[in-house]
Amino acid sequence: MGLGLLALRASRSLALNRLPRAFAYQNPSNNAIIRGIVSTPELQNPEAAAAVQQPEPAPELPPRKPVAGARVHFTNPDDAIEVFVDGYPVKVPKGMTVLQACEIAGVDIPRFCYHSRLSVAGNCRMCLVEVEKSPKPVASCAMPALPGMKIKTDTPIAKKAREGVMEFLLMNHPLDCPICDQGGECDLQDQSMAFGSDRGRFTEMKRSVVDKNLGPLVKTVMTRCIQCTRCVRFATEVAGVQDLGILGRGSGEEIGTYVEKLMTSELSGNVIDICPVGALTSKPFAFKARNWELKGTESIDVTDAVGSNIRIDSRGPEVLRITPRLNEDINEEWISDKTRFFYDGLKRQRLNDPMIRGPDGRFKAVTWRDALAVVAEVLHQVKAEEIVGVAGKLSDAESMMALKDLLNKMGSNNIWCEGNGSDPQADLRSGFLLNSSIAGLEKADVFLLVGTQPRVEAAMVNARIRKTVRATQAKVGYIGPPTDINYDHQHLGTGTQTLLEIAEGRHPFCSALLHAKNPAIIVGAGLFEHKDKDAMFSAVETIAKLGKVVRPDWNGLNVLLLNAAQSAALDLGLVPESGNSVESAKFLYLMGADDVDLDKVASDAFVVYQGHHGDRSVYRANVILPASAFSEKEGTYENTEGCSQETLPAVPIVGDARDDWKIIRALSEVAGIRLPYDTLGAVRTRIRTVAPNLLHLDEREPSAISSVAVKPQFSQKVSIAPFGAAVENFYMTDSITRASKIMAQCTAQLLK
Amino acid sequence: MFAPAARLASKRLLEIRQLFRQSPQARSFSTALNYHIDSPDNNPDAPWEFSDVNKEKAKEILSHYPSNYKQSAVIPLLDLAQQQHGGWLPVSAMNAVAKVIEVAPIRVYEVATFYSMFNRTKVGKYHLLVCGTTPCMIRGSREIEEALLNYLGVKRNEVTKDGMFSVGEMECMGCCVNAPMITVADYTKGSEGYTYNYYEDVTPKRVVEIVEMLRRGEKPPVGTQNPQRIRCGPEGGNTTLLSEPKPPPCRDLDAC
Ligand code: SF4
Ligand code: FES
Ligand code: FES
Repeated sequence: MGLGLLALRASRSLALNRLPRAFAYQNPSNNAIIRGIVSTPELQNPEAAAAVQQPEPAPELPPRKPVAGARVHFTNPDDAIEVFVDGYPVKVPKGMTVLQACEIAGVDIPRFCYHSRLSVAGNCRMCLVEVEKSPKPVASCAMPALPGMKIKTDTPIAKKAREGVMEFLLMNHPLDCPICDQGGECDLQDQSMAFGSDRGRFTEMKRSVVDKNLGPLVKTVMTRCIQCTRCVRFATEVAGVQDLGILGRGSGEEIGTYVEKLMTSELSGNVIDICPVGALTSKPFAFKARNWELKGTESIDVTDAVGSNIRIDSRGPEVLRITPRLNEDINEEWISDKTRFFYDGLKRQRLNDPMIRGPDGRFKAVTWRDALAVVAEVLHQVKAEEIVGVAGKLSDAESMMALKDLLNKMGSNNIWCEGNGSDPQADLRSGFLLNSSIAGLEKADVFLLVGTQPRVEAAMVNARIRKTVRATQAKVGYIGPPTDINYDHQHLGTGTQTLLEIAEGRHPFCSALLHAKNPAIIVGAGLFEHKDKDAMFSAVETIAKLGKVVRPDWNGLNVLLLNAAQSAALDLGLVPESGNSVESAKFLYLMGADDVDLDKVASDAFVVYQGHHGDRSVYRANVILPASAFSEKEGTYENTEGCSQETLPAVPIVGDARDDWKIIRALSEVAGIRLPYDTLGAVRTRIRTVAPNLLHLDEREPSAISSVAVKPQFSQKVSIAPFGAAVENFYMTDSITRASKIMAQCTAQLLK
Repeated sequence: MFAPAARLASKRLLEIRQLFRQSPQARSFSTALNYHIDSPDNNPDAPWEFSDVNKEKAKEILSHYPSNYKQSAVIPLLDLAQQQHGGWLPVSAMNAVAKVIEVAPIRVYEVATFYSMFNRTKVGKYHLLVCGTTPCMIRGSREIEEALLNYLGVKRNEVTKDGMFSVGEMECMGCCVNAPMITVADYTKGSEGYTYNYYEDVTPKRVVEIVEMLRRGEKPPVGTQNPQRIRCGPEGGNTTLLSEPKPPPCRDLDAC
């Protein structure tokens, strides 16, 4: 049969174009003769094209660098196969797609629908490449690489295929780049420049699509959509809200929700980044700036304890948008909606000038000199143990260090950080860190969530858990108030009772824990403020021991912190001396602390509020010292897994405000107890003596000893009380988010 | 029940939708829009359930698929729901199907909007579908549609006042050899007596007769309406293949 076919083919080619073609076969350099007959014969017939090109000797290829740092990871060296990309041999693991192989070989394949973190759809056809012996160009994103495959990415066939796909995509795409917010960072724009033709042949009417209302964050211009379905796959796979779908078919196809429905996901903002065109753009950022006018500053998010890596895009003194930065260990390439959209809070309700509350109860703006003099004077009038300092949720390590030093110099050690409770356990780092690390959670096969709702407390950690559950069908047990969890889980109970049942091995979930290879327990930091905290933690540790959660090769006993300052505060030893110091305080120094129960503060206490927003605490403050926000200063933050990272100033400081640590340093000078540092570097040298790990930037410092081994066993009676929710409103958790209008809109429209 | 403003808004939207349908330039898709607009008879809050008989049928349908691939049953179930609901799928019916196959409603909406035989707006008890694809068009489907629309006094995809008829268009039904043709989806007797019949070789006169017969409750004979033809055979009897076909001359079949 094979022979017959060959003979048939030979006779056909002979019969069809007798002399010239036969001649050309023998002498490939003489292409001109064929040119005259068919305009581009090598494109009409791939076999001929292959025949024409083969005789060329393989040129010496310069080694190429993989695209965007693409890495190969061979789990099993036997699985390596060799493919040739444009003649250049590369070794890739079995199961990789042609597109990934090309990336490793250093060839960037244009694409629209393919996204490395989503399932493969293969519907845009932009990634077509030529593969030797395949009759048609193949969609490289969906085609597995096979041993010995000869992939060609720069042949006329590949080029023509891309050009054709580009022409089809642009057929129904409006040419509204000048008024499109994506313009300048649009995949379609870039790729049509690189791979498209300079003209199209389509002369009919373009289609138009009704815009959808997806809520206050995502603006839709659906006519621009190219139906890559990235957003649909993102919503379904990563965000876990099955709201978006592709409706209709053919040229009537559109993305939508069918019934009017807002996209109620805490990750919805990511569809803006993922959409390769301007169909989904940021509503708050719409028409505010062109992206090439923006200055990008690489920084860290401080609205939760995850420390997502972000880029702050600013123009002049204004933060205009926040986008994620890739960090595989923390946020991958997503960020939560709160991180992305709370920035407008940075412009509202800011404290510009130092202020003193006069006898009439009104604030009067004063100079720094006067304000500090007043504070220093009161500081010296109160007894040492009546001095209390509270660091807020957004405080950086440097300012907390300075505040602690100041208070210590005054003879007081009543200082703590919001959220850590009045009796935090700061001796062992493993007692307050996410010990398995965020990326490490992917190895776990059973999760036990104790009093934590990761979806609202740390959306990126939740995304990891969801990713794990989707990939490996890991089991999740949850103890806490009823809540919306976007993956398969068992709601085991609402409080302590269930926890004790598991600790005593009476609960059916125990068997899952016992049989797990890498069980992970995640305890919410909300429990820090619970009155039976110690008993609860000892119960958790019993469970950990029971399920062999802490082993030399795996530490699955985790605490999920709530805010950015918490772990650095514990590392620096911000532990109050007495549990009820707020009530007995005569001098209360609030460094951005807005969630202190101010009703407990004695009426004759002197309250200093140092912070950037006129939020809750200023109503009680006697003196206001304006400080800079995280976007305006350089500061160190440690995230919940113990990785220290740094914010960088993106915009100038507002008004007469100053950096937190500088204010405290100045105050110490006025009060006559000079702190021994004048520069940020000197503060950091001081931090080195207390918690050197805080200075190892972008490195996760795991805790050395695990708490299970050394902690004594408690056996206390506990009250049977259900756990509360630590975060009531995902969108408003701190002074900046509470000042943000966008977050207010989200609260009003999305939390119903 | 409705706040006046909301009613006004939905009325206005309906008007816009009507306008959209009538405008001659608009490309015509099966049942217009790919998104849902609430109306009194089509909204997510309206209760909808499979009838008891159809519940059994649904169970039967589900049994054809492995229990972890329930979603495979989406098309037959939507079809069943459509038959039960008089030929169209309100959004609440789609939600009911989603519940049965345990997927998010949007996954069902995707399917229902993709297939043009799922009607998402009201149709008549007899839904007449005129084939508009090339062979039928060449053989005069435009006139057929015109005749139907004129006779019934409706626009395309509009239901007659008595709720009996509606006319739609669809693509090739594989009956081109008897072009032009129409299909009649009969929803008068629920899902039990549901039929979906082809009437082929129709003329503008004949379709009107068919409609009249249907209105009288008669059953017009299905298939070709040309008395000269037997099924899809040529007019006046076969002209070829009159004897046993000869074996191919080029090969010796027995030798293979
Ligand atoms: S809206 Fe954007 S991401 Fe979604 S399918 Fe269209 S082009 Fe793709
Ligand atoms: S990227 Fe391969 S088909 Fe879209
Ligand atoms: S074209 Fe009408 S049935 Fe095929």
